[in-house]
Formats: sequence, structure tokens, C-alpha cells
Amino acid sequence: MKRNLWSRFCRFLPLPATLLLAGCHAALLDPKGPIGEAERSVLFTATGLMLIVVIPVIVLAIIIPWRYRASNTKAEYQPEWSHSNKIEAVMWSIPIAIVSILAVICWRTSHELDPFRPIPSTHKPVHIEAVAMDWKWLFIYPDQHIATINEIALPVGVPVVFHITSATVMNSFFIPRLGSQIYAMANMQTADNLVASVPGTYRGISANFSGGGFSGMTFKVKAMSESDYKQWLAKVASSTKTLDAQKYLELDRPSSNVPVTYYSHVNPDLFAQILMGKLAAGRSAVMAATAVTSGAETGTVRRD
Amino acid sequence: MFGKLTLSAIPYTNPIIMGAVAFMVICVIAVLGTITYFGKWKWLWTEWLTSVDHKKIGIMYLILAAIMLLRGFADAIMMRSQQALAYGSNMGYLPPGHFDQVFSAHGTIMIFFMAMPFIIGLMNCILPLQLGARDVAFPLMNNLSFWLTAAGAVLVNVSLAVGNFSRAGWLGFAPLSELHYSPGVGVDYWIWALQISGIGTTLTGVNFIATILKMRAPGMTLMRMPVFAWASLCTNILIVAAFPLLTVTLGLLTMDRYLGMHFFTNSLGGDPMMYINLIWIWGHPEVYILMLPLFGVYSEIVPTFSGKRLFGYTSMVYATMAIALLSLIVWLHHFFTMGNGADVNTFFGITTMIIAVPTGVKIFNWLLTMYRGRVRMETPMLWTIGFLITFTIGGMSGVLLAEPPADFVLHNSLFLVAHFHNVIIGGVVFGIFAGITYWAPKIFGFRLNERLGRASFWCWFIGFYVAFMPLYALGLMGATRRMDHYDVAAWHPLFIVAAIGAAIIFAGIILQVAQVVVSIRQREQTRDLTGDPWNGRTLEWAIPSPAPAYNFARIPVVRERDAFWDMKQRGVDLKSSTFVPIHMPRNKAAGFIIAGCAFVVAFAMIWHIWWLAITGLAGVLVTLIRHAFDDDRDYHLGADEVRRIEGLHGRVQARSM
Repeated sequence: MKRNLWSRFCRFLPLPATLLLAGCHAALLDPKGPIGEAERSVLFTATGLMLIVVIPVIVLAIIIPWRYRASNTKAEYQPEWSHSNKIEAVMWSIPIAIVSILAVICWRTSHELDPFRPIPSTHKPVHIEAVAMDWKWLFIYPDQHIATINEIALPVGVPVVFHITSATVMNSFFIPRLGSQIYAMANMQTADNLVASVPGTYRGISANFSGGGFSGMTFKVKAMSESDYKQWLAKVASSTKTLDAQKYLELDRPSSNVPVTYYSHVNPDLFAQILMGKLAAGRSAVMAATAVTSGAETGTVRRD
Repeated sequence: MFGKLTLSAIPYTNPIIMGAVAFMVICVIAVLGTITYFGKWKWLWTEWLTSVDHKKIGIMYLILAAIMLLRGFADAIMMRSQQALAYGSNMGYLPPGHFDQVFSAHGTIMIFFMAMPFIIGLMNCILPLQLGARDVAFPLMNNLSFWLTAAGAVLVNVSLAVGNFSRAGWLGFAPLSELHYSPGVGVDYWIWALQISGIGTTLTGVNFIATILKMRAPGMTLMRMPVFAWASLCTNILIVAAFPLLTVTLGLLTMDRYLGMHFFTNSLGGDPMMYINLIWIWGHPEVYILMLPLFGVYSEIVPTFSGKRLFGYTSMVYATMAIALLSLIVWLHHFFTMGNGADVNTFFGITTMIIAVPTGVKIFNWLLTMYRGRVRMETPMLWTIGFLITFTIGGMSGVLLAEPPADFVLHNSLFLVAHFHNVIIGGVVFGIFAGITYWAPKIFGFRLNERLGRASFWCWFIGFYVAFMPLYALGLMGATRRMDHYDVAAWHPLFIVAAIGAAIIFAGIILQVAQVVVSIRQREQTRDLTGDPWNGRTLEWAIPSPAPAYNFARIPVVRERDAFWDMKQRGVDLKSSTFVPIHMPRNKAAGFIIAGCAFVVAFAMIWHIWWLAITGLAGVLVTLIRHAFDDDRDYHLGADEVRRIEGLHGRVQARSM
């Protein structure tokens, strides 16, 4: 009962902020999946707990200097008073108490919300392989032998396992409405387990600066019903474009704000090959060419 | 002959850059011209540039930092205006390649060439005085440290005119900073600027640790030191512990870029994650290297203006030490999202939160110091109250980011940008201004203009909230940092508000410039003739303002914690009747020349002009050897001269017959 009241109390503390932001698309405060919701609740609980000290401190920081202003000669003045074991004990124990609670929350939620941890579900998870490139995202559906640029579809309520790597510098795979981001790094594989509970189109981004075309490195996440999802898969599978090694190398050239593209008949080993660095062409070759032609490397990425 | 350097390295087709370069050149010419016009070159060289006096070196640090604050803030204004414009079909006025340089330069300049010189400048100006010392332990090394820092700063500014600056962010994360992805000279400018100034900073750390441990006045035990001295001790220990790591990390990156090695590359076994670990193992202590001295500054200001002893001195000292130690084991919280696993994340999350405990204790200590005091709301105190309010909010968002699941959604977002500006502006920058206003009478001999100081405070205080609260909101809306363009309609109004906030802060900076000018012009009215304008508590207020070259005509004997307060209580007479000759270090050009050669080496390395690099290096060695054989390093200031100088300040007692 007490616990219940407590958590309710915590939920209400940041209410004004929520109201203020809910209207203006605050992705993190209005998540569309359970992972994002759990992370929001960590946000609220921790903020609520800290406000217990922060609000009094701010109030005291205004009241004390006003009350004891030099012109107020009526206020008590004890120039030599500088120590009190009792007060110091309280002073140390309040932050210790709050940090202890936060530490427990930290331990519990870090494990529960570890991006690598599979989401328990009766559904078989969807596997999507994500490759950060300069400056677009390549998504491979290995089981369906299809791939896309800058767009993914997911069935609502079904856990999705993202297998993530990078064909270039470090990026971070992030869908704010769904929760947890994780780095995309070359020659390394990370994983992100997410699930959408509400249909809709959400924004996906790279949350780690990766060079000139970084701002245009966004993708669309379409959460849809199982039947719509099947249709979407069929639509991609019917694309006339395919993605072989040659096409991949073309794709590897730096470009930004790349329109959504669908590929069919994709080799399910593509991700593994990228991961092993077998397809690396490298930005350097392209970069060097650019530098020569433009005279200096002030040449910037065209965004058209 | 000139390596990669050709005329095309000067970006004369870019009007924004050339405008900035023209402005810079005009300023430099104006300064040089003024010096020549007044015939002050010799004076400048013998009295300032070659000076080994910690007070003069301190002032040079403050001037360097103030200039770099203006440069770094110009970058800030450019970013804010770009992001206020660049929504939808509007691309703004900065293309990505330029925008990326602007934010990289902003971070690099503000941390290394604004905040660091300000805190080292304050330590230089005040620390030896507080300790009752005549100078720092190694005066010439102090001069060298300054010039190495200045050389780094000049190098960053040269990159504006010749070539370009790094586009890889202020920490130059690999592999983006590797030759493969950043083939130009930008990253090299960044590397060498940090490398040179970093060595200067390391030497400063050694210097101040030695000064604090070995040069305190008799009777000043460690637990009688002012808290600013304690905070400085912790900071300098952190400098010595952390800065060699920066040197090594940059060295490895240099080998990757110059010798084709693969420490941090994507290919051939390189490990970019190692770079990110190494740079943050230095980078997190760096945050506290900046913050701790200002905690010390607040701990001096609050008791002085409350007319009361500092509450909980022992707690304060232990809290400072605890923060210094903890700061070495929290670096991983900068990349919870690397996929480290839950156990590792939890460890670093909890160590980070624990820092909130000693920090919270400090805040309570300051509040309790004001409690039952007589609080005078002078400008330094205004900055301090502004700090208490702002820093508490910044601390809260910091602990929030220490929860790994919260960080999974907030990492690299504008929420993070808002957080660290909240603690750096609210903590470090407010503290710097508080400290400069507080110690101005001691450093320059006159008070700073009160009205303009207050007006500037309000602009900074309000401007900060208007500029950064929208960034917190934007972070919660899923906006990430370092975007030169975006297409989300809901973000646009908030970016505009943030730009208005930056404009308000700009007004505050203009008021500060005006404050300096007005204060200098009115210096005769506000001159500090007593040496103790605020009814101070620590030893720096026991001597005349500005402090004479030798600081103390007679080294004080300390019996209590607030040494000068205690002397005033006991009615100790500051006047003296007998004077002795004082042993003084002689000004030397070696520091300036070595740093100048180091600059040449760096510039030559950046442009691959190998013969010039070798020449510069030879210059460093020759100067070192020449200095080693230079025996004319010190002199004695005669007793009569000391008497004359003390007499100017009314500190000579007629000898009773």
C-alpha cells in the first residue's frame, strides 16, 4: 500500500513538465512501446526522488540569504558557529539515502532493460539487421531475403531483435519512441531488443555524430498490424532492385538524405560479410577522389 | 619545401571565415600598433612576457581565457543561429563541413582554452598568497606552462585562416578522427593544439602540488589551509593523474595518422572502443579538474560575505577528496550505450551517483554557512546564489543521466547538452566570474564596477535558462546533438527560444566588457588602499593590493584556520619596522622561446614540413641546454627597496627609539 502511494506520488511530481511537453511531441515522454515506457518510468521515479532534496535546496538558497541579509540586524548572528555533529550526520545521510534508493533502481533496471536482453513473448521475434552507412541505414530482413534503405516495418506487439553493425564510423541506432539506443560499430555486432505496442510511423535516427551527412541520416519506422506487415514484406519482395556485392559497393559511397529504397533477393549472408569487413570499400578512396577534384576538403555533401 | 601547405589552404572563397579572419587580423594589428605607438615593447617583454611572477602569469592566463571566451562564444552564436534557421527547406547559412568545425572548435576552445586558463589563472593569482608563499615552487616552469597553453590557443585560431579545424567533435572520437575518415589537417590542428597545451597543464599540476605541499607558511598545517587551496590540491593531483593519459592517447592517434599504425582504426585490428575509453578516462577527471577549484572559490566567498566561519570545514575537505577519487572511476557513464553489459553499466552508474553525495554535502555546507550569518549581497555573492540554484538543477539532470536506462534514451541528446552546460555554466563559469570579481582588488588593485557586474549577472542567469531549458525539452523530444539541419516542426520554436537565450547571454558578455573598460577608467575611485576590501578571512587579504612582487615582506605565522581573520581578532599589527633582503627569481625568456619553438614544431607537423619541425625541435633543445648553463637566475631585493615599497602602502612602522 505504502509503496503504491509512493510510486503514485513520484508519478505526479513531474506532471507539470509532462503536460507542458505532451502537446509538443515529446517522444521520450510519450513512448509507443513497453521498453520506452519502462525507461520513462525510470526517468520519472529518479526525478521525483531527487526533487525531494532539490526543491528544498533551491528554496533555501533564496530564503537563507534573504533572511540573514546584512541589513536585517534582528536576525540571529553567530559568526563562530561552524560545526554540529547532528546537522552533519543529517547532511550526509539524506543524499546517501536517496542515492541508495537510486542505486537499487539502477541495478534492477539496468539488468531488466539491457538492450541485449530478449523480450519475453509468445510471438516468435522478428530479426532485422541494421547497418550504419555514410549516411543512411541499410536494413536487412534475413529471413525474408529483403533489404531496405531508411525504412523498416514491424508488426505491433511482436518483439524485434535488431542486429547492428556499421560499415563506417561509429553511429548510434535509436528510435526515440520505442526506447533504448545502442552503438553501431564496424566489425562489431550489438543488439537492440524493442517492441512497438501502438501502430504508427516513428522517427529513427543516428544518435552519434558521424560526419558531414549525419543530420540527414534518419529513417522511418512503421509499426503496423500483422496483415499490413505481411503486405509490406510482399511489396518489398516484389521490388525489381537487388543488392549484390557490386550494388553494395555503390551504396557504400557517401550520400545523405537518401530516399527509401527496397531490395529483393538479398543474400542472407550480406550482414555477416559486412560484419567481417569483406565488403569494405572505404570512404577513403571516395574521399581522396573528392579532395582532388574540389581542391580542398571543404567540399560538402550535397543534400538533394 | 612547405609540405602540404599551399596558398589554397587559405579559404578565401568563404566569406564567413574570411570575415572572421579579417576581424582577427585587425585586432592583432591594432594591439601591436598600440604597443609600438606607445613604445612599450621592451616593457612588455621584460615585465610581462618573460615574467616569472605568478601574479603576472595569472593575469596573462586570465586575459588569454577572456579572449578565448569571446572566440568560443562566437562559435556558440553561430550554432544557435544555424539551428534556429535550419528547419525544413531552409538549410541555414552553415554547410555541414563548416558547422562541424564550429561545434568542434566551440567545445575544444571552451574547455581547453577558456575554462582551463581561467582556473589556472585564478590559482596562479591567489594560491601562493593564500598559502603565505613568495611564489610558486618552479617560477620559470610556470611561465613555460602559460606559453605552451597560449601556443595551443594560437594554433586553434590559426586553423581558421590556414587550412581548417577538426570536424570530429571536441574529443575527436576515433575512427572518425582517423586519416581514413578525416584526411585533412583539421584533426592534426586539434591534436597538436591539445598536445602542446596539455603538456603545459601537466607541468602546472606538478608545480602547484609542489607549491601547496612544500611552500605553506609556518603553522599552516594541511587542515588549516583555505578550502580553495584544498580544492586546488585535489585538482592538481587529478591533472597529474589524468593529463598524461591525454598525451598518450593523442600520441597513439598521431601514430595512426602519421605512421600508418592501427591503434584505433576500423581495420587491421584497430580498436576504436579503446580510444573512447582512454579519452574518457582522461575526460571525466577533466570535468572535475574544472569544477573543484570553483567549489573552492565558493567556499571562500560564502564565509567572507556571510561574516562567518565556513560550516563543516572537515566535511568540505573530505567531500572534495572523495569527489577527486570518485571522478577517476566513472568514465564509462559517457558510453553506457556501447553495449558494455548490465553489470558494467550498473557499476559505473552507481559510482557516478555516489558523487552526488559529497556534492550535496557541499551545497548544504554553503547554505549552513549563510545560516545565522550577515549576508552581504555583493556581486560575488550574487554569482554564488545563482550557482547554488543552477548547479543543483544541473546535478539532478546529471544523476538522471547516470541511470543507464534513462541514458539509453537521453544519451547524446540535447538533454545531455543542456545538462553539461547547466553544470559548466552554472558551476564553472559563474564561479570564475564570482572569483574574478571577489579577487579583482587583490589582482588588479581596484574593484570592478558593481552596477555593470550585477547587470551582467542577471543577463547570464536569465540567458542561461532561456537558452538551455529549451534544450532539455528538445532532448526529451528526441532531438540529438550536432545536427546542422532538422525536419521536425515541433522543434523549431524551441530552437528559436534557445537562440534568444544565447542573445541574452551575449548581452551579459557585452556588459562584462563594458565593466572591464569602466572599471579601468574609474580605478582611482575604486582603488583598494587597505588590502582588505571585503573584510576577508584568508592570508591574501593581509598584504597590500595589488600584491608586491615578493608578496609578503615578512612571512606570516599561522595559528588558526582563517589565518587573517584570526590575526585581526588578535589585533596583529600588519606594519613592520625591520626589513630583510628577499630572494627573488629573475625573469627569463626561456619559457617563451621554448613554447615558441613548440608552436613551430606543431605547425610544421600539421603541414608535414619536416625540416621545419626538426629545426623547431632543435630550438627547444638548444634553449633547454642554454638555460641549464645560465647561472644568473636569481637576485636579492634589498631591504631598503622592500621598505620603500611597503612604505608606499603605509605598511612601515616608525622605529621606536
